[in-house]
Amino acid sequence: MRPILMKGHERPLTFLKYNSDGDLLFSCAKDHTPTVWFADNGERLGTYRGHNGAVWCCDVSRDSTRLITGSADQSAKLWDVQSGAQLFTFNFDSPARAVDFSVGDKLAVITTDPFMGLTSAIHVKRIAADPDDQVGESVLVLKGPQGRINRAVWGPLNKTIISAGEDAVVRIWDTETGKLLQENDKEIGHKKTVTSLAKSTDGSHFLTGSLDKSAKLWDIRSLTLIKTYVTERPVNAVAMSPLLNHVVLGGGQDASAVTTTDHRAGKFEAKFYDKVLQEEIGGVKGHFGPINALAFNPDGKSFSSGGEDGYVRLHHFDPDYFKIPSI
Amino acid sequence: MADVMSMEDIRAEAARLNIDLSSVDWNSIRLPPGEDFGIKSDDDDLNEEDSLEFDAGFGNIIVVDNLPVVPREKFEKLEGVVRKIYSQIGVIKENGLWMPVEEDTGKTRGYCFIEYNTPQEAELAKEKTNGYKLDRAHIFAVNMFDEIEKFMKVPDEWAPPEIKPYTPGENLQHWLTDEKGRDQFVIRAGSDTEVLWNDARQVKADPVYKRPFWTESFVQWSPLGTYLATVHRQGAAVWGGATTFNRLMRYAHPQVKLIDFSPGEKYLVTYSSHEPSNPRDTHRVVLNIFDVRTGKVMRDFKGSADEFAIGGTGGFTGVSWPVFRWGGGKEDKYFARMGKNVISVYETETFSLIDKKSIKVENVMDFSWSPTDPIFALFVPELGGGNQPARVSLFQIPSKEELRQKNLFSVNDCKMYWQSNGEYLAVKVDRYTKTKKSTYTGFELFRIKERDIPIEVFELDNKNDKVIAFAWEPKGHRFGVIHGDNPRPDVSFYSVKGGKVAKLVTLKQKQANHLFWSPGGRFVILAGLKGFNGQLEFYNVDELETMATAEHFMATDIEWDPTGRYVATSVTSVHEMENGFNIWSFNGKLLYRILKDHFFQFLWRPRPPSFLSPEKEEEIMKNLKKYSKKYDVQDQDISVLLSEQDREKRKQLKEEWERWVNEWKKHHEEEKMDRQMLRDGEASDVEEEYEAKEIEVEELLDVSEEVQDV
Repeated sequence: MRPILMKGHERPLTFLKYNSDGDLLFSCAKDHTPTVWFADNGERLGTYRGHNGAVWCCDVSRDSTRLITGSADQSAKLWDVQSGAQLFTFNFDSPARAVDFSVGDKLAVITTDPFMGLTSAIHVKRIAADPDDQVGESVLVLKGPQGRINRAVWGPLNKTIISAGEDAVVRIWDTETGKLLQENDKEIGHKKTVTSLAKSTDGSHFLTGSLDKSAKLWDIRSLTLIKTYVTERPVNAVAMSPLLNHVVLGGGQDASAVTTTDHRAGKFEAKFYDKVLQEEIGGVKGHFGPINALAFNPDGKSFSSGGEDGYVRLHHFDPDYFKIPSI
Repeated sequence: MADVMSMEDIRAEAARLNIDLSSVDWNSIRLPPGEDFGIKSDDDDLNEEDSLEFDAGFGNIIVVDNLPVVPREKFEKLEGVVRKIYSQIGVIKENGLWMPVEEDTGKTRGYCFIEYNTPQEAELAKEKTNGYKLDRAHIFAVNMFDEIEKFMKVPDEWAPPEIKPYTPGENLQHWLTDEKGRDQFVIRAGSDTEVLWNDARQVKADPVYKRPFWTESFVQWSPLGTYLATVHRQGAAVWGGATTFNRLMRYAHPQVKLIDFSPGEKYLVTYSSHEPSNPRDTHRVVLNIFDVRTGKVMRDFKGSADEFAIGGTGGFTGVSWPVFRWGGGKEDKYFARMGKNVISVYETETFSLIDKKSIKVENVMDFSWSPTDPIFALFVPELGGGNQPARVSLFQIPSKEELRQKNLFSVNDCKMYWQSNGEYLAVKVDRYTKTKKSTYTGFELFRIKERDIPIEVFELDNKNDKVIAFAWEPKGHRFGVIHGDNPRPDVSFYSVKGGKVAKLVTLKQKQANHLFWSPGGRFVILAGLKGFNGQLEFYNVDELETMATAEHFMATDIEWDPTGRYVATSVTSVHEMENGFNIWSFNGKLLYRILKDHFFQFLWRPRPPSFLSPEKEEEIMKNLKKYSKKYDVQDQDISVLLSEQDREKRKQLKEEWERWVNEWKKHHEEEKMDRQMLRDGEASDVEEEYEAKEIEVEELLDVSEEVQDV
């Protein structure tokens, strides 16, 4: 499995996203330009210019026409995927963090950071079919959690929103009423900041990664804890294979402490775990710094990782990978 | 008052009085003050301990008795004298000196009170001036003010002490009777201290006892493994027992910093050092020697840190620990400490110096007991610019006879290494070269058990090599040396059997800086700690072959279990990441690995020496096949059981997962129409699409491979 090294960003990667067909890979970094690549050979297709701050997250519509990005420049932008044109800008009073399109792509959830006395918030925006009809008003604003909300995604049938962040609690919100439906049990939940959250392809369960050096698998409806994966370093990024029962965890020592130790001490590998047995089955080395982003191609035959080192590494699995016995 | 009532009696009494015990809130019962109804509170000894510090805040006041009785005219003069004496020791508080006088005559009463700023000063003053001779008729009797009351209470008539009925103690050696012959270890991580079994057959650690905040600084096993010692602000405590860890004894010693057991674990030495009240003074040091079983202080030593900080390389705040080194094997007969130009040897029958005299040795630098016999070796450096040679001497106790002496020339430094049976003593001698610009290393080997103690000199192949580590094979006749100046040094093994030092092998260019012999000998780990990041090589010295090489990244500590079957390597909290420990088999197979943040200590519980005679041990070794059969069968059974269990567990996990997935699929199916609506009638669900695709792509992959072949 020789990775394709994709050099295009000048700053640490923050997020990776495949489109639903699995032919395009969108990458966000702390430089200001989200980039789109061919998911097959890693060729750069284009960039989306317009943001004036680090880009934290993105999502692409199911028909691969619209891209939404959240940035530290206190805005979230809608883009035309093909032309790279800016369609609309949602302006906020604090940096935007997580973005996610709903099922059907008619709604989007955007989270904003606590900033200058403002608390963090989750905004729900209506996405118009025709960009000319697009308005900036929020359909719903959710507030309550302390600290940054690092991820917010839609639950089944857009009835709920799942959020997680600095206060280490996973929450489920009702999208009709805006009420908090559930919080995870403190005893079994994460002990430190939740950094990442990934839904399964069918949307039945999701995986959270945390700085407490573990990742946890939850039922999306009942918020019951299904599995816990324990690792040796803070987890910055998580992904689940759509094909096999595998989960991948990426992370490593805090970037600020990297220079103080041997590079092996940082543990900058992407670690594979058996989803059911919770056992480590392998690792993929390569990044020279912590891994900040992970994404699986929807076909399950390749995955990509983005690091603090500014590179995206695209890995196509060897045939051997598919022969890993699941028991 | 009645004797202590048992719970049984209470129930019976309650039944008689028609009281429903379950309706009684015990905590609401208030006893009249000062009345305990003869029931001793469990906390009583706790309070006593606290009172040791300073009762009611009078801990900094002393009472000086046996002062001259003087008339009013001489009052000021006497006060001046007393003030002069006592202000040398510490700062007397303003108005802190009070000498009462008889009201009618104006004469002093022959005593006075002195209040210092700190209890430490008062303590010191008491120590220094108790027995001070002002003149022939007036010898000071100095006491702490707090203690006066206690002395007043002493009854005039002697009453025989109560003899407590004998209660049999627990079997403190119970852990040795483990059916599976496992060993225990203690770990300290975060605030928790935990004792576990090393269940190597089941490849896991089996918990025995866990307690948060068990100790305030560290824990330590006694040398034979009977006790686990914890260290607290008020003193040390030992724990042990048959089934769990109960507190067996406490040793009050405020601010205790270090502890040390005698090899036979009869005595415990505790150490503390206290900030001086005057910054010019040195730290004050207090050492207590307790009897482990009774908890009695057998002897205490107090003094300035200087008196205890002579020689050695200096450890804890200038004191080389242990201050008292125990000699004479496991009988705990003698202990010794080094002073300026003397070595003081004490014996434990009376806890006093042997012959009431220390052994005078000018400029002694270091001494070291034989692990088995009452013999110690000492080292005196070169004096007078080389006119008086350095020497290494062997002394026998209690005769204080010098058994053997060797003079050495142009010596820079000496290190003494005893073999664990006390048969050999190797002295590593660093000598200056002729130009005095560099040093080279040689060894002097003393054969203690042979007649006249012959000494043999030997050098490494390249005598300019720096010696990085030296270690005797426990109970054996071999030793290993790591030497060389390269970044990758060489490791050599030597045998001393047959009256001659013979080299067995030199292993070139190893990433090692420490040697860890198995307690049973034969196997040794060449470990590269610190700079080498935890390289491990498991080496068999009998066969002269490497059994395995491994790495425990960043490992800081390595310890063999007392049987030599397993090895623990750990990364302690000196590093931020990777904290935890690995358990290996003797031949270098990683058995299991446990990660714990803020990992401080890993200690195997020591075992007492085996009762088997050497002949019996040899016989067992010879017929090992016969004995091992039984265990092989057991091992087999367990491994089958384990894989069975493992399979079972996996199967169960799988089934659970399947069940969960199926349930979800049902929901998913039900919601299909809703999803279609949300997607404006777009029919296909993502996942179905992919399942179809999946097969297609796989075929394509095969085709492309064939093309490459052509």
